[in-house]
Amino acid sequence: MVSLAQDVASSHRSGRMSAEATWGLIMLLPYIAIFLTFVLYPVGYGIWLGTDIKAYHRIFDDPIFLRTLANTVIFLGLAVNIKLLLALLLSGFFVHERRWIRWLSFIFILPWAIPSIPTILSFRWMLNAEWGMINSLIFQFTFQDGPGWLLNRVYGLGSIITIHIWKYLPFWTLILVAARLTISKDLYESADVDGASGLQKFLYITFPGVRNMYITSTLLSTIWTLGDFNSIYLLTGGGPADSTQVLATLGIRYAFGMSEVRAGVATIIVALPFMVPIVVLMVKRLRGEDR
Amino acid sequence: MSPRKAFDEARLMLVGVLILIWTLIPIYHLFVMSITPQAEAFAGAVWPKSPTLDNYTTVLTQGHYFLGHFWQQLFNSAMVAVAVAVLTLTVGACASFAISRLRVRIGETVSNLALLTYLIPAAFLAIPMYATMGQYGLLGSRWSLILTMVTFASPYAIWMLRQYADKLPYELDEAARIDGASPIQIFWLIYLPLMMPSMVAIGTYALLLAWNEYLYAFLLLSADTEITLSVALGHFLSTDDAPWNLLMATGIIYALPPAAIYYAFRRYMVAGLTAGAVKS
Repeated sequence: MVSLAQDVASSHRSGRMSAEATWGLIMLLPYIAIFLTFVLYPVGYGIWLGTDIKAYHRIFDDPIFLRTLANTVIFLGLAVNIKLLLALLLSGFFVHERRWIRWLSFIFILPWAIPSIPTILSFRWMLNAEWGMINSLIFQFTFQDGPGWLLNRVYGLGSIITIHIWKYLPFWTLILVAARLTISKDLYESADVDGASGLQKFLYITFPGVRNMYITSTLLSTIWTLGDFNSIYLLTGGGPADSTQVLATLGIRYAFGMSEVRAGVATIIVALPFMVPIVVLMVKRLRGEDR
Repeated sequence: MSPRKAFDEARLMLVGVLILIWTLIPIYHLFVMSITPQAEAFAGAVWPKSPTLDNYTTVLTQGHYFLGHFWQQLFNSAMVAVAVAVLTLTVGACASFAISRLRVRIGETVSNLALLTYLIPAAFLAIPMYATMGQYGLLGSRWSLILTMVTFASPYAIWMLRQYADKLPYELDEAARIDGASPIQIFWLIYLPLMMPSMVAIGTYALLLAWNEYLYAFLLLSADTEITLSVALGHFLSTDDAPWNLLMATGIIYALPPAAIYYAFRRYMVAGLTAGAVKS
């Protein structure tokens, strides 16, 4: 119906079409220019740099690269899923209508609202093995030295995942709160009348209601987490001994730290077979749903 | 209140307290370090013995090696952020008008390309973007950072503005056309005023994105007088005995403007986010 009405409307103004089409092109021009100069050209140049087979031999022979691949999988798997599960649980907390919960949500959003550089650096100093607040508290209570949080791969990755979740949890909680609020309250009321338990209400009303959004969020968060550079670079710098690098930071390290631009590009391209299908799927999901 | 209700309420409060602690720990530590004197910076104390505001004075008077260009760098951050917001809004408003209201033929293609660009992580483009900026002769100039951030902000701007624009009744444009309005008049007199709330949200988004940027700022800029404050914060890490108390005081000053702007325009941001960032 809508498209029929549009067809009729456009046939009426066919006389003005050429002027409007011209203006339309002129107004699209700024973005087209940006897209061509700063997206298409760099991407093309990057792909051209990435056609060097030797660069792939170079990185796959590098034990640091293989460990980085493993780190990336661990980082994505844990950070994305823990973050979204927590967001799903917390969204159930934030939908309660209390004045103090509204105030709390105001504070809860802080990690997302303020720039990440100061807070990541704060976290870094807090975790310092010798002079940080955490280990000094551990020493006060147990009279034993705490672990070197950023001086070992497991603790390092754990700290990276923690600060990543700290930073992005508020955003995803907000998204899932919005999804929950679209579920009709009548459903919960009739479930109460039927004597449903909290778990049953979650399984049969809440989860089906937010499932679509939860999947969309997981896909989107996977792509964005893959591109999280700051949480790693500013917390551990990829260290100790490059044991906590992920693809996004190792690519930069190859290209700028070791002047191996092609190895850096190859590092990023290795992620594409995993990333491109998600991106295409997301474009379809997001576009399909706004018609 | 029944015991059952009271129990539920107490459980809710317990969760609330845990959320509060979790959220505030790094921010509290940031604040505590910023009021810790140099002599106590390595004590790891939960509260300094003699809290002081001297760190802030040192930052504001540029009284340390790492802070020699503090005001210039603060200005650079602000200048880059404002320029990115203005340019993103211009590009986004024009493109969304052309796609949604003028229904230009290639509009859908451009819209899809923009969405695709929005989904690619910015960090993945860093190496070719650096090389490209070198070829264009823009490396080291703040324009390279501004143009990069406009590139990353405008896809989201176009996509969001387009969604809002699609909801405006088409009859408005029709009526204006019958009265003889040109496309440019419709844009200025009808489209922009009606789009104001979402323009505020997108402007804030672009401003914060640019102010907070670290990776591209430190790759593209190098001179002490050109870098933004975010890069200057990173420079503190170049020595082993960094003055962490000064770093944290600078960090708080750096975090205040975006936080204030975020909370001032929160209303628009939340509406914008929930309407479009992730649609279900």
